[in-house]
Amino acid sequence: MPKSNTARTTSAIPGPGDVLRRTLPNGITVLARENWSAPSIVAEGYLQVGNLDEPAGLTGLASFTSSMLSRGTRRRSFAEINETVEAVGAAVGFSADRYTTGFSAKSLAEDLDLVLGVLAEEMRLPAFPAEHVEKLRGMRMTAIAERENDTRQMAGMALRDIMYGAHPLGRNMLGSRETNGAIQRDAIVEFYERYFSPEGLVIAIVGALPVEEAVARVVAVFGDWTGARPPRANLDGVPAPPERVERRVAMPDKSQSDMLMGWPAMRRLDSDYEPARLANTVLGVFGMMGRLGKNVRERQGMAYYAYSRLSADRHPGLWTAAAGVNPANVERALAAIELEVRQLCDTKVPEDELENSKRYLTGSVPLQLETNDGVASLLVDLEWNELGLDYVQRFAGIVNAVTAGDVQRAAQRYLSAPACALAIAGP
Amino acid sequence: MNHLNPSSRHVLDNGLTVLLREMHHAPVASFWVWYRVGSRNEGAGTTGISHWVEHMLFKGTPAYPQGEFDKAISREGGTFNGMTWIDFTTYFESLPSDRIDLALRVEADRMLNAAFDPDETELERTVIISERQGDENDPEFLLGEAVQAAAFQAHPYHHSVIGWQQDLERMTRDELYGHYRSYYGPNNAVVAVAGDFDTSRMLERIHELFGTIPRGPSPRADVPQEPPQRGERRVTVEGPGTTSYIDIGFRVPGARDPDYYPLVILDTILGGAKGMSMWGGGAPNRSSRLYRALVETELAANVGCSMNSTVDPYLFSFSATVREGRTPQEVEGAILAEITRVVDRPVSAVELSKAIKQTRAQFAYSSESVTDQAHWLGFSEIVASVEWFESFLDRLAAVTIDDVQRVARTYLGRTHRNVGWYVPAGGDAAPGGDEHEMPESDADAQE
Repeated sequence: MPKSNTARTTSAIPGPGDVLRRTLPNGITVLARENWSAPSIVAEGYLQVGNLDEPAGLTGLASFTSSMLSRGTRRRSFAEINETVEAVGAAVGFSADRYTTGFSAKSLAEDLDLVLGVLAEEMRLPAFPAEHVEKLRGMRMTAIAERENDTRQMAGMALRDIMYGAHPLGRNMLGSRETNGAIQRDAIVEFYERYFSPEGLVIAIVGALPVEEAVARVVAVFGDWTGARPPRANLDGVPAPPERVERRVAMPDKSQSDMLMGWPAMRRLDSDYEPARLANTVLGVFGMMGRLGKNVRERQGMAYYAYSRLSADRHPGLWTAAAGVNPANVERALAAIELEVRQLCDTKVPEDELENSKRYLTGSVPLQLETNDGVASLLVDLEWNELGLDYVQRFAGIVNAVTAGDVQRAAQRYLSAPACALAIAGP
Repeated sequence: MNHLNPSSRHVLDNGLTVLLREMHHAPVASFWVWYRVGSRNEGAGTTGISHWVEHMLFKGTPAYPQGEFDKAISREGGTFNGMTWIDFTTYFESLPSDRIDLALRVEADRMLNAAFDPDETELERTVIISERQGDENDPEFLLGEAVQAAAFQAHPYHHSVIGWQQDLERMTRDELYGHYRSYYGPNNAVVAVAGDFDTSRMLERIHELFGTIPRGPSPRADVPQEPPQRGERRVTVEGPGTTSYIDIGFRVPGARDPDYYPLVILDTILGGAKGMSMWGGGAPNRSSRLYRALVETELAANVGCSMNSTVDPYLFSFSATVREGRTPQEVEGAILAEITRVVDRPVSAVELSKAIKQTRAQFAYSSESVTDQAHWLGFSEIVASVEWFESFLDRLAAVTIDDVQRVARTYLGRTHRNVGWYVPAGGDAAPGGDEHEMPESDADAQE
C-alpha cells in the first residue's frame, strides 16, 4: 500500500544521526535513541562478566550470581523491590551469558527513575541473603530435573559436550547437580566482588525520553560507581573433534526424537561470517526454514520443524542443523540433512535463490526495529560486536556484496569439515 | 486512558468485516485475516481439523503454488504465520509498509483457492502428527490436555487444538476441504490491519481484492454447550521424568460477560499482569499472591494462573511446577488455600489499583508493535468487539473490591474444580481417594 504523503514516519534504521553514544569517565557506554510512539522506555545492556569467568568446579556460578542480584539489596528486601517494581507494571531482570551478564528494564516513561534506581541498586549494592541462596538452589535443581526430561535440551548438551569437552566454552549456563550443590554464598560474593564493575558496562535506553536526558539519568545512578575487573584469561584454542562423533541420549518414554548436527564455525568479526550467514539463510532459514524445511518437512513430511542456525561470538561459534522427528524417521531425516548440506557445498546456490535470501536478510530489518526492545537489543549487539553505529545503514551493501562463490566457499570450509558432531535425544 | 490511534470498522457487501488502525511510527504494516473457526467448531472424529486446514493454506493455490507464498513474503523481508486456537484460525503477514499489498493479494487468493492437493494432504498428515508428538514430549502439554478433557464433556473445548492422534491418522482430504469451504467465506472472516498506510486507500484495495469473493455458507451457530459441573473432577497423567506438575481449572464466562472484567482483576492479583505481546515479555510477577505463597515458601519452582478471553465459557487455570523434594499434595493444598483466601476475604484497594496500573503498562508496551496492534484488533472482534478492547482499561477501572470477591465465590468453588497432576511414571499414587487431606475451601481453580 502506498504511504500517505501526510503521514509522519521516523526512519526505521538507527544510525549515528539519531543514536547518541557517550562514554562516561568510569568506563560506562550509554547509547540512547528516542521513540515517542508509546509512553514506554526500555533500558538494556550488559556487564563484563560471564560464565567464562567461573572457577573450576562451580559451573553455573555466573547465572546463580546474576539471579541473586534481584534477591535483595543493602537497602531493600526482595519483597520490597518486587512490590516497588511490579506495582507500576515494570520489570527488571538479569541473565548471564558466556562473556557478559545482561540486564533489561522496562517501564512506562513516568516510572523510569524508579526502575533505573532499582537496576543500579541491584547491580551495585546486592545483599545476597543466605536464605535466598537456598531458595534459588532448589529452583535450579528443579530446572535441572526438567532439563533431564527435555529432549531438545539433552540433545543440545550432548552436542556441546562433543564439541567442547572440558573446554570453558562447553560449560552449561545452569550447571550440573554437583556444581549447584557446591555453590555457597561465599563463592557468590567473591565472584561478584571480583568481576562486577562499571568498566565496559554498556546500557542502551530507548523510548519516550530525549537522548541527552537518558544520559543524565544513567549518570545519576551509575556515575559515581568505580572499579575494574581483572583482565580476562586467554581462552585456549577449541579442540575440535578429529572426526565425526555421534552420541545418542536414550529417553525411552518420549514421543519424538530431537536431533542436532553441528560443525565448528567462525568468530563474529571473521570475514567468513557474512558469506556463512547467507549460506545459513539458504540452508535453514529462508521461507519456512530454508532448504532443510523444504526437504525434511515439505517434501518428506517427516518433521514439524527443521532448521539451521549460525552462532558466532568473540570465539568461534557453532553452525547447527536441527530437526524433531518421529523416532522411526531419525535415519531418514539425518540423510536428508546431510544431503542438503552436501548440496550447499558441492553446487553454487542459483542466483535467484541467493537473491531471495539477500532480500529477506536486508528487507526484514525494519520489522526487527519497530519496538523499543528491538532497537535496544540491536544497539547493544552493535556495541558488543564492535560493528559501529552505521552498521545497519551499511548492512544492505554488505549482504549484497556476497557472491554465490563466497557462499559456496564458506559452506565448504565449515560444513564439509570432518570434525562434526551429531546428538540425538529420544526413544 | 489508552494511547491507541483511532480505528475504523467497515463491512463489505459480502459480509467481510474490515478493521483498520493507522500508525505511522515505523514504516511497517501488519495484515491479518481471522476466521471464526477453531477447535470449538469441531466434533468427535475430526478433532484437529481446523489446525490441519490452517496448515493446508500454506500448501499452495493455483496462483501461488506450494512454496511460492512463503518465498514471496520472505523475499520482501516479511514475517508470516498462521495460528489456530479454540475460537479462531488466523493468518498474518508483517511487511515493510510499501510492500504490504502482497499480503492482501495472497490472503484474498487463499480465502477461496487453496488447492488441498491429495498428495500434499498426506505429507501434512505426518507433519502434524510430528507436531503433536513434539507437544507430547512436554509433560505440561499432556497434563493441560487431560484437564481440559475433564472440564468439558459436551462442549468441543473438550479437546486440544492439535486434536487426538487417532483422528489425525484417519481424517480425509475431503473432510478437510469441506471444513475449509464451510468456514472460510468472507462473511465468516475479519480483516485487521495496523501500521503505516492510508485508511481510505487501504480500504479501496481491500474492496478490489476481497469484494468479489462470494459469500460462503452461514456457519452453524449451535455449538454444544456444557452442562453444569456437579462436583470436583480429578485426573492423573503419568509419564517420564522426575518432576511433578499441577494444573487446576475452573469454568468461567467468556469475554462478553460482565463478570469477565472482575475475573481479569482476580487473575492479575493472584498471578500478576500478563504480557500482551505475541513475542512474550511478560513480567516475572514475583509480588503476586501465588508467587509469594508457593515459590517464596519453596513449595513450587514456578506458579501462575491465567484467565482466557474466549467466545464460550472456558477455563480460569492455575499451574505449578512442584519443587524437588516437595509433593503434589503440598502444592495443590497451597494453591487451594490461596483460592480460599480470596473467596473469604476482600482484596485490598492497593491490590486493585496495582492490577489496573499493571494492565495499563502492558497496554502501552503492546502499542509499540503494529503486529501486536493488528493482532488485538482482530482478536477483539472475534471474541467480543473492537470496543471491548478500546474500553478495556476503563472497564477494569470500574471493577470494585466486592465484584472481585463475588466472582471468586461464584466461579472458584470446590464443586467446579478440575484438578490434574502429572506425576513421574511408577511414582506416587494418583490424586483423589482418601490418602491426603484437602484444605477446606469453597473455591476451585483451573489451568
